[in-house]
Amino acid sequence: MKPNDRQSPGRRVEAIVVGASAGGIEALMVLLHGIPPPWRLPVAVVLHLPEGHESHLAEIFAERLRMPVHEAADKMPLAPGSLYFAPPGYHLSIERDRCFSLSCEPPVRFSRPSIDVLMASAADAYGPALAGFLLTGANDDGAEGLLRIHLAGGITAVQDPKEARIPTMPQAAIARHSPDHVLPMRELRALLLQLESAHAD
Amino acid sequence: MNRNAAPLPLACPLSNTEIELRLLMEAIYLRYSYDFRNYTVASQKRRVLHALAQLGLPSISALQEKVLRDPLLFGRLLEYLTIPVSEMFRDPAYFLALRRHVVPILHTYASIKVWVAGCSTGEEVFSLAILLREEGLLSRTQIYATDINPASLEKARQGIFPIESIRGYTGNYQRAGGRSSFSDYYTAAYDAARFDPALCADVIFADHSLATDSVFAETQLVSCRNVLIYFNRELQDRALGLFHESLCHRGFLGLGAKESIDFSSYSERFDAHSQPERIYRKAT
Repeated sequence: MKPNDRQSPGRRVEAIVVGASAGGIEALMVLLHGIPPPWRLPVAVVLHLPEGHESHLAEIFAERLRMPVHEAADKMPLAPGSLYFAPPGYHLSIERDRCFSLSCEPPVRFSRPSIDVLMASAADAYGPALAGFLLTGANDDGAEGLLRIHLAGGITAVQDPKEARIPTMPQAAIARHSPDHVLPMRELRALLLQLESAHAD
Repeated sequence: MNRNAAPLPLACPLSNTEIELRLLMEAIYLRYSYDFRNYTVASQKRRVLHALAQLGLPSISALQEKVLRDPLLFGRLLEYLTIPVSEMFRDPAYFLALRRHVVPILHTYASIKVWVAGCSTGEEVFSLAILLREEGLLSRTQIYATDINPASLEKARQGIFPIESIRGYTGNYQRAGGRSSFSDYYTAAYDAARFDPALCADVIFADHSLATDSVFAETQLVSCRNVLIYFNRELQDRALGLFHESLCHRGFLGLGAKESIDFSSYSERFDAHSQPERIYRKAT
């Protein structure tokens, strides 16, 4: 594989965005569990949860992972090696200065936070230096966002629908464009590690 | 020109859409004095693209050309650029914290001035007025409710909200420590609920821009929720500066549930008063 290939895991990216819905917590644990420090890529996640409840995602993941975990706050800069979760009830975007911004716009595809919103804004901010991962879920949020990452030259990866607990979300993305990678969770994890080591070089 | 001296540290070149967006905001500022130039781009871009689809226009440049010549179209665009999304007693914990931790201190003032900045269509204003009435403070409180959108201000003045929202508002009101029955405050007719006009007898609804205008009164409480998130850091600092200037000694500032002053240059000039509810107090 040539190093310039879109699919090449040797390509340098500067951030990862991840979208997941039903079954997403477990999938995300597989993706990130035991990732060895020092980890350098920032990872921003939209995981659908019901609105109006405090999210404990950051605490849950902070207890189990060896990386700093935060609920993303407005105007917070993305720091190397940190994991961020969108707060419930707000859309999460990444601005060009690589800080987060929140918004209360109406739900997109019944979701707030919306995966499409995070991914499309991150595609604007990072262009080709972005990888988007879309995991299990029971709706079509993220399909448009992943397409936007693809159009901006970034890397797109989707959990193999055969393996996903709920295949709808990966299937919707695959129907929208041809993702660079369609892989079972274990191999998505290997891809993530490759992206990290290319980034650290 | 030195091509290495880029004006901004950009990750990748501006897309045409982003260039058009900046030009549109510049044109709006020059033509109408509405300053959206320091709003965060991601959300602004989504709203303008949504407006394009609704107005049936092919590009932001086409929108710009029309907006420059047609103030009525600009009025319509303003509806999309500002976010008229609110609800009564939104984040009940905030209102409960005001009731428990701020009201007792407000009681020590002979007269009270409250500024609801970015009041949109008035849900927050009526919520505060209800709370202040229940706490025996409304009769000596002057509320200033400001927004940049005249259509929103007009809706706020009327105090009429869709009936289908009332159920959610009632739940919020109860969780916010409401002391009465929520239905005491409105009259339902057809598909609308009209709130008691006496609630806003002492409310001044006024056109005010946090981006371009200055302070107009000394206040004891500023409530500005889910407004600052649409501003970039520079404009956030300007708005926080106005609030700081407006607040009396040890006055209160209430922000949205996920807003904070931590990333602003005012982080040292306010103390956290009621932390999870985002109520700050002007530092001495």
